[in-house]
Amino acid sequence: MKLTKSFDRSLWVFHVNAASCNGCDIEIVAALTPRYDVERFGIKLVGTPRHADVLLVTGPVNTQMADRVRRIYEQTPGPKAVLIIGNCGASSGVYYDSYCIQGPFDEFIKKVDPNAIIVYVPGCPIRPEAIIMGVVEAWKALEKLRGEA
Amino acid sequence: MAKAPPYPLMIGPIHPALKEPTMFKFTLEGERVLDADLQPGFNHRGIEYLGMKRNPLQVLHLTERVCGICSAAHQFVFTRAVEHAAVIQPTERADYLRVLIAELERIHSHLLWAGVAGHELGFDSVLYYTWKIREDVQDILEILTGNRVNHSYYIFGGVRRDVSDEGIAKARKILQGYKKLEDTVLNIFLSDPTIAHRTRDVGTLTYDNAIKLCACGPLTRGAGVKKDVRFSWPCAAYGDMKNDFKVVIPSDYGYPNKGDIFSQVVVRLHETFEAIRMCDWVLDNLPKGPITSEPNLSALLMAKLRMAEGEAVARVEAPRGEDIHYVRLKKGKMEIDSWKVRVPTYGNIMSWITMFKDAQIADIPIIIASIDPCIGCMDRVTVVDGDSGKEKVLGMDEIKRLADRRARGWK
Ligand code: SF4
Repeated sequence: MKLTKSFDRSLWVFHVNAASCNGCDIEIVAALTPRYDVERFGIKLVGTPRHADVLLVTGPVNTQMADRVRRIYEQTPGPKAVLIIGNCGASSGVYYDSYCIQGPFDEFIKKVDPNAIIVYVPGCPIRPEAIIMGVVEAWKALEKLRGEA
Repeated sequence: MAKAPPYPLMIGPIHPALKEPTMFKFTLEGERVLDADLQPGFNHRGIEYLGMKRNPLQVLHLTERVCGICSAAHQFVFTRAVEHAAVIQPTERADYLRVLIAELERIHSHLLWAGVAGHELGFDSVLYYTWKIREDVQDILEILTGNRVNHSYYIFGGVRRDVSDEGIAKARKILQGYKKLEDTVLNIFLSDPTIAHRTRDVGTLTYDNAIKLCACGPLTRGAGVKKDVRFSWPCAAYGDMKNDFKVVIPSDYGYPNKGDIFSQVVVRLHETFEAIRMCDWVLDNLPKGPITSEPNLSALLMAKLRMAEGEAVARVEAPRGEDIHYVRLKKGKMEIDSWKVRVPTYGNIMSWITMFKDAQIADIPIIIASIDPCIGCMDRVTVVDGDSGKEKVLGMDEIKRLADRRARGWK
């Protein structure tokens, strides 16, 4: 499918909390509110994965959430990108040796979809500026997709 | 036509009204909630188990990540528990700085709650306004501790960083700005007809129920129960400031102690400004001296913590209520021998069930948000009956019966 230019100027995001500690989640909300205000770039938080282009995933994905996150990923229509917010998703962070962690999330999602577009936003917790940077990276990745199409 | 029978409604674990994964099962008749049930456990990360595999200095970083919103409170109470167990005395200046950060965190947490509550009422302008002013306190936290959310500020024997005069001046300036906003903020929340309409007499927790269900924090204070660990069991600098401040309950500000969501709005907002005055008080009275009694970290770890033997319980008033940590240390063992965290939300979830009774579907999000739940904090235990694998809900009588049996030495 050919992506139009307007697509990546209005990325809609859905936030999935996969057992995070909340640190990253409040920074996501902070990024949406006036000081950082990502809505001026067309980025909007939506209420269902079916409306979303980008999934913001926080947390290390525990056993309870693993299947649910997979289902959310599958419900998101393509083309889509996954933004892994925080160290948790990228490396399981401080919870790396816990018994109930199914992550790291990138490996987990690669099992579901080997071609998934994954963007990392490292930090524990990330700063709101880093989220904006992450979305820019997602733009670039999606633009690349347009070049190939 | 016959009346439609009651029907179930599931909300969660992922739902736009919930910021964190947890699941509710409602029984509804039309739009009215007849019964509510809660299934936690979606945010379980095994933190206590991880804590028992690491040494106290490493666990310090784990405690913050029990919950990112009240991270300083968890670290505060954990350091206090370990200090008790290992007999380490924090310095006086550190005691004051600890309280300063804890109160700044209360400001940020309560403003965050006010915004989220506005959002759940469908009043997004309030969300944007409160989160805009919340960024200022995040600035103070960043100036003083170096990070916005997980600060890593507390350490056994003191705190990690000293505050500079320049930092204090900046913090004072921002706090001054808040004081100017006090009337505006109170006006937005307390005289707005939309907020009053949606929160008055909604999600009521009565005085008796608050006591019976062992609720804690602003939730109980909204019902008029004077329960605040900062005053009833003061630690660190709270003991020194005890006489200058008092427990915030609505009747002191001209509102009835009804226990509905409006009372909680009153309590949380006034507590925010009370916390701002507390920060000012700490900055005024900050004693001079070292910030830690044990600057050498490896000596602290090897000599003091590793050789310590003992157990301790500590409690601190987190923004959401009373936070309790239990720690046991064994001599010669690097790792913590046992660690138990009882977070405020754990004490508060039971109140949900009575608060939901007879509510409307549209009130569900605000009632959920009203206790300021922190599922990330709470989801560390699941009670499963080992023999049958079935989940079991233990009532008060049952727990008492089991406790009696245990006390008599039966199994
Ligand atoms: S990366 Fe850190 S701050 Fe973010 S959810 Fe994980 S533990 Fe919390």
